[in-house]
Amino acid sequence: METPLTAKIRPDGEMIDLAAYERAGGYQAARKAMRMAPAEITELVKKSTLRGRGGAGFPTGQKWSFVPLGPAAPRPKYLIANADEMEPGTFKDRVLLEGDPHELIEGMIVAARAIEAERGYIFLRGEYTDAAARLSRALAEASAKGYLGRNVFGSGADFDLRLHLSGGRYMCGEETGLLNALEGKRANPRAKPPFPQVSGLFGKPSIVQNVETLCNLPHILDKGADWFVKLGLTGDGGTKLYGASGKVKKPGCWELPMGTPLRELLERYAGGMRDGVRFRGVLPGGASTDFLTADHLDVPMDFTAVAKAGSRLGTGTMIVLDDKTCPVGMVHNLEHFFAQESCGWCTPCWSGLHWAEEILWAIESGRGTPADFDRLDHVTKMCGPGNTFCALAPGAVEPLQSALKYFREDFERHIREKRCPWRNGQ
Amino acid sequence: MLTPEEQREIEEEAAHFPLRRAASIDALRVVQKHRGWVSDDAVKDIAAFLDTSPDDIDSVATFYNLIFRKPVGRHVIMVCDSVSCWVMGYEGLRDRLKSRLGIEMGQTTSDGRFTLLPVVCLGACDRAPTMIVDGQLHANLDLETIDRILERYP
Repeated sequence: METPLTAKIRPDGEMIDLAAYERAGGYQAARKAMRMAPAEITELVKKSTLRGRGGAGFPTGQKWSFVPLGPAAPRPKYLIANADEMEPGTFKDRVLLEGDPHELIEGMIVAARAIEAERGYIFLRGEYTDAAARLSRALAEASAKGYLGRNVFGSGADFDLRLHLSGGRYMCGEETGLLNALEGKRANPRAKPPFPQVSGLFGKPSIVQNVETLCNLPHILDKGADWFVKLGLTGDGGTKLYGASGKVKKPGCWELPMGTPLRELLERYAGGMRDGVRFRGVLPGGASTDFLTADHLDVPMDFTAVAKAGSRLGTGTMIVLDDKTCPVGMVHNLEHFFAQESCGWCTPCWSGLHWAEEILWAIESGRGTPADFDRLDHVTKMCGPGNTFCALAPGAVEPLQSALKYFREDFERHIREKRCPWRNGQ
Repeated sequence: MLTPEEQREIEEEAAHFPLRRAASIDALRVVQKHRGWVSDDAVKDIAAFLDTSPDDIDSVATFYNLIFRKPVGRHVIMVCDSVSCWVMGYEGLRDRLKSRLGIEMGQTTSDGRFTLLPVVCLGACDRAPTMIVDGQLHANLDLETIDRILERYP
């Protein structure tokens, strides 16, 4: 089984430095990219079927194809790595950032070539202090060798890449919120159109791309689109960094073929449930995805199949719900997060999510009424797609709406017994 | 007044942006690194240094979770209260920290040693529950280990 993304990562937890990275074949793909025409790289990435690994799954080559190219294009153009890993339950980009920072830098050189970007930022969440130190070191190493800055690999093209540490807010992971944050503003979302590919950072053409997505690029350049497609078990090509947290025996993060079935992830890699607890459900791709249950264990974890099952692959890092954990309390915890992290820009989100949190807390603390079901249904509809500027609120209500569907009896029991059956003494 | 060192560090960031005010978050981080928090006076000084208004800087300062607009203790404990840590025992951990320190979330101990804050998911969910103290991650926590960890921060 091939694991291109993580193959170079050292088992001792230290970062792989430039010399070791190059000994393992590193920066050959970047050299190759600098000899290719930008449109040629984009075509290759389109053919590879690579889709964004940050959660939305948008085809990467197609995303780039909207960036204006050639001498008439506005300058400078920007390439930004979204390393603001703040989706609760998600810890996959950390593995790449800490273990193999040069892979990200090389991926960014490739992507910058494809869109002819001369400036780049790695937008890193402020809490990732180890990743910040390692990225700083890797950037210095690559700059000293002339792989970054002026005349990259003698190509005549410049690529100035800098690390930006976030002030901390979930909204910074949203593409246009991130652009505002990089401009030193509040991370409110922007109206689209215009799309960032045309008018992004400081009004210039910009691409914002997730870390894992960028880290795939050197390998696609190196081994080709057909190789990449065949890495996946289903139609969505490549490998995927999957993860599991919650009361499983072996929580962790694993690079596996795209489309690995949920059951295999949970039982073989996560080791099944801890002794004394049973599986009840799972958020398959982070906090903002719909619950799946035991009925969905044979779903292949790719973009298409998880969507068909009624959820989203999201970040591919799953959070497991067990029978000793209260589903109402868990969803309350999620809505507390989303209500707090809402930027306040549009009403369905700042008002709706706050009410969702309040109502869920009322149910959890024994003050719920049957009318709360209608109220929660109303909130999920008002916060759904089409009513808000960005995807925060629609994502926020995904675990709520699916919990109301799959765990309705547990909500009813809280209301009937006027207490949380899982909390002692209440 | 911003110290010469603070000015130099902020200027280095500002020089890379087409607009000076784009370095506002970097500037807030710089000041906080040196002083622990960002006072009203610091907000005014940053605004003047980046050619913008104090309101503009404060709107940014109050938006971001990691910028402190109130004084904090010598050590800042940020406990993850997001979903994986919640499943793995956040509430017990929080209650233990509160009773050990004798403060509520958001407060500072009377000796100025610790400030206790909640923080969103720290991206170490396979090692839940987690917290960071002064930027350093502590994972796989239980009620015994947190006592030992606190002792490392005098």
